Amino acid sequence: MGATHLPSTEFDGTEVDEQREASAETVLGGPGVEMVQLLDVDGKLGEDEVYSSYAKRLDPEKLRGFYADMAAIRRFDQEATALQRQGQLALWVPLTGQEAAQIGSGRATQPQDYIFPTYREHGVALTRNVDLAELLRQFRGVSNGGWDPKETNFHLYTLVLAAQTLHAVGYAMGIQRDQQLADAVGSGADAAGDAGERAAVMAYFGDGASSEGDVHESMVFAASYNAPVVFFCQNNHWAISVPSTVQTRVPLANRAKGYGFPGIRVDGNDVIAVHAVTEWALEHARSGKGPVLIEAFTYRVGAHTTADDPTKYRELAEEAVWRAKDPLDRLEKHLRTEGYADDAFFEKVKDDGAELAAYVRRTAYDLKSPDIRQSFANVYAEAHPLVAEELAWFEQYSAGFAEEAADEASEDAR
Amino acid sequence: MTLKKFNLPDVGEGLTEAEIVSWKVKPGDSVAVNDILCEIETAKSLVELPSPYAGTVRELLVPEGVTIDVGTAIISVAEGVEGDPTPADAPVPAAVTTAVPDAPAAAESLMYGTLPADDSAPAGMSGPLVGSGPKADAVKRRPRISTGSSAGGVSNAMTANAPEVEPVQPHTPADVIQPAGPASASIPAEVDGAAPASRSAVENSITGAAAAAQAGIAGITGLVNRVLAKPPVRKIARDLGIDLADVVATGSRGEVTREDLVSYQAQRDAELDKADGFWGKAGRPQDQRVERIPVKGVRKATAKAMVESAFAAPHVSIFVDVDASRTMEFVKRLKASRDFEGIRVSPLLILAKAVIWAAARNPSVNATWVDNAEDGTAEIHVKHFLNLGIAAATPRGLMVPNIKDAQDLSLKQLALALNDLATTARAGKTKPADMQGGTLTVTNIGALGIDTGTPIINPGEVAIVAFGTIKQKPWVLDGEVIPRWITTLGGSFDHRVVDGDLSARFMADVAAILEEPALLLD
Repeated sequence: MGATHLPSTEFDGTEVDEQREASAETVLGGPGVEMVQLLDVDGKLGEDEVYSSYAKRLDPEKLRGFYADMAAIRRFDQEATALQRQGQLALWVPLTGQEAAQIGSGRATQPQDYIFPTYREHGVALTRNVDLAELLRQFRGVSNGGWDPKETNFHLYTLVLAAQTLHAVGYAMGIQRDQQLADAVGSGADAAGDAGERAAVMAYFGDGASSEGDVHESMVFAASYNAPVVFFCQNNHWAISVPSTVQTRVPLANRAKGYGFPGIRVDGNDVIAVHAVTEWALEHARSGKGPVLIEAFTYRVGAHTTADDPTKYRELAEEAVWRAKDPLDRLEKHLRTEGYADDAFFEKVKDDGAELAAYVRRTAYDLKSPDIRQSFANVYAEAHPLVAEELAWFEQYSAGFAEEAADEASEDAR
Repeated sequence: MTLKKFNLPDVGEGLTEAEIVSWKVKPGDSVAVNDILCEIETAKSLVELPSPYAGTVRELLVPEGVTIDVGTAIISVAEGVEGDPTPADAPVPAAVTTAVPDAPAAAESLMYGTLPADDSAPAGMSGPLVGSGPKADAVKRRPRISTGSSAGGVSNAMTANAPEVEPVQPHTPADVIQPAGPASASIPAEVDGAAPASRSAVENSITGAAAAAQAGIAGITGLVNRVLAKPPVRKIARDLGIDLADVVATGSRGEVTREDLVSYQAQRDAELDKADGFWGKAGRPQDQRVERIPVKGVRKATAKAMVESAFAAPHVSIFVDVDASRTMEFVKRLKASRDFEGIRVSPLLILAKAVIWAAARNPSVNATWVDNAEDGTAEIHVKHFLNLGIAAATPRGLMVPNIKDAQDLSLKQLALALNDLATTARAGKTKPADMQGGTLTVTNIGALGIDTGTPIINPGEVAIVAFGTIKQKPWVLDGEVIPRWITTLGGSFDHRVVDGDLSARFMADVAAILEEPALLLD
């Protein structure tokens, strides 16, 4: 009876989930878990024996830049969401709430570093000088990518969960081998002495992707080959409707211990701490000491995508708790109390945001559809008779519809 | 000026339709880009649509409560103009001419669904097209050529990029409409199968009460389902045809779990299974065909109480039909409000509040008849407190637990008390103390789909209110027959205490609140 009539689903055993959630919550949320935080919720700068020295490198100009970046990307996020609601984008993946994690880590990278994003790293894209309007191409369905990764060392968005972590480790191993080769032939002798000139790789992923086998494999390889890669996990607490407490019973950063490299949990809503920890980790990787896992403890304030409705699976009270930890608010408090920025600055940031939004809106409408011939042209590097034949067939096939349409039109006219 | 039309976008991934839940603007309003125009409900969620245009709202093309296909024009906005006073433009059919597909103006209009600035549609097209074509081809299929152009040909389709990037048009006009008239190459772009009905409804909606009522109703149905549950649980519920709102939620966050569904389904199955094999075979000895059930426990207590009440208290029963549409709207708003998040709100809550309100105005209904056996005298004890009894069908039988001092509870506290009472009763955990000291009872027979009845008064009380089902019925308002949410209130009163006029006034007061819950603010 009853139970046997129920269709099975991928989520059997919800009662087990719930027990696990309960026990995991005590571990994950408890004060016992160490988390690097420099800027507290009230905008006061704290001390940390390792990372404070990194924070001290940031002058007021840099801090204002962080704020401007975070405000810009939030405004961009709102505009893109609106464009989706207006039918101009097929889908949008909002990042609101994760600005500090993305701007802080992105600004810690250097031009020679290579970044592998998920599909939500709009903030990191901004720090890598990707034209934000180009970022919309994929979401408008007019491109499979949208920008040239070689120009910015910011890889194309990967929609397959966690797949990019493997690519990242492979790329890091490539960098490592190039470096060894350069060292061996001697031409890299200078570079070898200066870790600053060397490159590292950043692999972004989320708490949901952390459950994928790809992440495990990539971490095993990264450790085995001591690859110069920083795994940057934004734990935004929700993998669509699955809370992070179901993904893991220990803080995600602890998993690094199992692979044998450092794992650090950082307050993902504290841009200064994220920047400091990422700088440390990238230096660690560039100097040949191997991979690092950073878990940025943050929160997806909005929906998973514009096709998602978070009110169906989580309480507004939880969102309210995290809204109180807003990354922009706390940096604004800091800038104001330290006297680093005045009303005029924040006013200008707002105006710049409006300008950016208008630019993105205008450009999105103008994004060009690709010519289908381009798809044929991209199959082989050089002309190929089979492809030419297929293109000819396709054109003939398409032309058939034009005739049919013309027939219909003339029938209508009759 | 240019008149822009906003087509319903696919706000999820691959949605084909949505319902307009409520409009946030009206014709004549000026809107800026990203101002919220309306709220729609898709299969996935409630979503607010921001305006893609800045200008003046010209016309709402779809009334509230109507479900339309993605790609249907929902609103027209006169762009960049502050209230152009020529309404003659409004009813012009949204004909997009494709005769000049390479002209920039035409390309523009294809992209935005704009009317050509000068009405360049051929004469044959200038009459109202809406309603003139049959609904063609209900089958949804991908457009073969994604522009609206039937004459453009493939080369145009490839180069005129703007129209084809429109990702939200699941069908081209050609898929949807078979032009009925001797039209040339022109195709009515914005017309689809839903339009004939919806357009005529729109015309009413601005002024007519009928459409307003319809909109209100649809708004109600659109919002009822705000129960927390994970997507797989939702899917199971949908597959089994279970309304999540009917299931008692036990999840740690107040959500309905899979286990809740299993037990709900088991209970439902058990009820159904019993129906088979119930009848005894003819020819068997008669005593084998009669099932003997000893009367004890709750059954016995219920029987005793009912006999006592029915024979001691002369019952008088009265009924009144009520238009409860405003109550339904009020309930809808409460459900949507943050204050009531996670609290189950139903029309019963409003009725309970109404009964408390009406009892204060007619105190004799909240009383007890007390016989003094010794000297043959009697007294009426009027209670200046209200312990509101709620008749509940429980696994153990009929129970009437009551909410103590219900008169002191705020609406929210009352809602919580009702939830609590119902959950406890359904779990069969109602304590005897919860059932003692009731002063007035409500029986929610509507929950079982019944219109009304003649309830028997709970012993020790002098009044009981039966709350019938609320359903849409034809109702006459201002001389017009329109669908409204109608319920019937029934009440039984002990005639020793409550005379006809008093019972009538009490019932009229309760009915007044259901018709206009705002009176509670009194």
